[in-house]
Amino acid sequence: MPEQLLFAMEVTLNGLMAGVLYALVALGFVLIFKASGIFNFAQGMLVVFAAMTLVGVQQGQVPFAHLINTIFGTKVHDFGWTVPTFLAIIVAGAAMVFVAWIIEKYILHHLVGQPDIILFMATIGMWYFMHGFAPLMWGSEVMKLDVGLAQGLNDPVLNATEALFGYGFFLDNLDIVAAVIAAILVASLVLFSQYTKQGRAMRAVADDHQAALSVGISLRFIWVLVWSLAGVVALVAGIMWGSKSGVQISLAEVALKALPVLMLGGCTSIPGAIIGGLIIGVGEQLFEFAIGPLVGGATQAWFAYVLALIFLIFRPQGLFGEKIIERV
Amino acid sequence: MKMKKLAAAAVATLMVGAPAMAELVFPSLSYRTGPFAAGGIPYADGYADYFTLLNERDGGIGGVKVSVPECETAYNTEKGVECYESTKGMGALLYNPLSTGITYQLIPKATADDIPLYTPGYGRTSAANGNVFSHVFNFPANYWNGASAAVNYVLSLNNGSLEGKKITLLHFNGAYGKEPIPTLTKLAEKHGFEFNAIPVDYPGQEQKSQWLQIRREKPDYVLFWGWGVMNQVAIQEAANIRFPMENFIGVWWSGAEHDVTPAGAAANGYKAVAFHGVGSDYPVFDDIQKYVVDSGKAAGNGTNVGTVIYNRGVYAAMLVAEAARKAQEIHGTADITSSMMRDGLEQLEITDARMKELGMEGFGPAFSVSCENHGGPGTAAISQWDASAGKWSLITEFAPSDMDVIQPLIDADSAAYAAENNIAPQCK
Repeated sequence: MPEQLLFAMEVTLNGLMAGVLYALVALGFVLIFKASGIFNFAQGMLVVFAAMTLVGVQQGQVPFAHLINTIFGTKVHDFGWTVPTFLAIIVAGAAMVFVAWIIEKYILHHLVGQPDIILFMATIGMWYFMHGFAPLMWGSEVMKLDVGLAQGLNDPVLNATEALFGYGFFLDNLDIVAAVIAAILVASLVLFSQYTKQGRAMRAVADDHQAALSVGISLRFIWVLVWSLAGVVALVAGIMWGSKSGVQISLAEVALKALPVLMLGGCTSIPGAIIGGLIIGVGEQLFEFAIGPLVGGATQAWFAYVLALIFLIFRPQGLFGEKIIERV
Repeated sequence: MKMKKLAAAAVATLMVGAPAMAELVFPSLSYRTGPFAAGGIPYADGYADYFTLLNERDGGIGGVKVSVPECETAYNTEKGVECYESTKGMGALLYNPLSTGITYQLIPKATADDIPLYTPGYGRTSAANGNVFSHVFNFPANYWNGASAAVNYVLSLNNGSLEGKKITLLHFNGAYGKEPIPTLTKLAEKHGFEFNAIPVDYPGQEQKSQWLQIRREKPDYVLFWGWGVMNQVAIQEAANIRFPMENFIGVWWSGAEHDVTPAGAAANGYKAVAFHGVGSDYPVFDDIQKYVVDSGKAAGNGTNVGTVIYNRGVYAAMLVAEAARKAQEIHGTADITSSMMRDGLEQLEITDARMKELGMEGFGPAFSVSCENHGGPGTAAISQWDASAGKWSLITEFAPSDMDVIQPLIDADSAAYAAENNIAPQCK
């Protein structure tokens, strides 16, 4: 088999894996948009906050240590204990539920009935607030995230492709784990929304707030539920991305990777987020492989948006988005 | 009403009192927030703590206290320029903008305002030509020195020959990251190695395709010009593809503790070019601990003392302080102006004996600055990360870079700048 074809196959495989990671971030956007029509600009910061909380709890770090030390002249930094990973994940998940409750109680509750653009602006405000609040709570240092996930070259894939093609493919163990977790997450979310009472209520709210209210569904509960789910998805995305780079404020930038996925997959479809992520992942990696060297490289940042725009021209609602028809 | 009177009296007292309290003002354009805060915080802490040490231990410089007002730039060029404009009226003697982008914007402004810029290890490399850049100083080393130092080191590992070797530069896709390309291109011609550059766009959170390309092309060495999250991801990806970590060499902005710790043991052996000492095994840090940290006057919580970027802040502050001392000596006054400060920088002389007096023996090279040479000696060493010990160590001496290649590049770039801006040579 020609060498270039083998390389292209390897790039495609890795593009699919990168796409899964993009999709993990996009899922959080989709959940909130689907249920409330809010495009949550702060989703990237939820990823940061969730990951910081996980590491902070895991390492027994004192929240707001810098602030406490400045005010009281103390020198506290950590409690002197570490928390088992599983327990730390549970605590971080609970923290995200608490954040969801705070957001509903103090922001969204006061904006019921406001135009979508107002809700969108509120999430921009939340982004900026959390951008300051997260480092204030956990510090600005790069935090090492270790939840025991394997990283690096996957030897079975390497050996199998070496034996088959004479060229061993690179595949990151962490990407394989991310793909499995994403599949479980999507399946769970689909089952939850299809087969549980709360899930059906969530879909009802997504279809029509007023109608849902009229049959006794609590809008407040559904919003807390949806933001909690988005927070948990953010925690999963934070674990995956944070394992690669350490946890730091720039993790919020991964949201930029989710935007073309949403444009392509549609803002209201969970499977759309996955398919969109895969198309963007493969598209940008193959483009960089084939065309990147001819145009100076580093094409991924903009090519994903070009690809999404092309789809948008032909299908504005995205591949799986709902086409909204308004009758006069 | 009573409160208003009290407040007015307090303000009046401050206004009357201000001119009497002469201070040497060195604004710190820091970034403690934003995506690059992990690097900005220790630098700002080191820079501030050294001046605090001088105030607490020596009563300032030449008997005049030092003031280091901080202005947050978040590593944003527009904010950096705003910081410059808002602080220059405080009697600023010098700016250390800590950003190549901000430096480029400030060069014409600061020159017009007669305020020197000090950009150690960053900024516009050709500013080393003092004949053109009268108010910019970038001693003791610049990016091109760094690139040359890395190649010299690789040469030393290969018995002085790089014929047939392949070197890849993985770099931030911006002005900073592209700086070493001309030097490395020339060095490739000179030493016969194959050179290619692979850019990574901001922020560098995703580098899969770049590292797949490196895996396919199998370079012998990868040089690295990154900053922020790009550093941590690159080191992890290098480990992922099993690239030999000892053949992966970053510039000094890609070689701090926070760059390697997320990858854990996998980062062991990673190297970085350094233009100053590492660790806290120098007497100056004992003084910082005693006079600054223990007395609760540190800019941070004291945990950064002795880390790579903190040390860089300390080193920059020390050289600024020595230049201020020189300016006081030249002009016979302790209360110097920014113009005098520029003269002090231009006539700065750092000897080994002085470094020992300062408690920094061997921390940096001995050198002198001149009207023509604002770039200093251009010496650099190689440091290496020991993951099990959790520390950086210098594995080479500070050695000169290849000025036969670098000087013509400096001359050409600065001549182009002089022509564009109608700048006449300043040195007689």
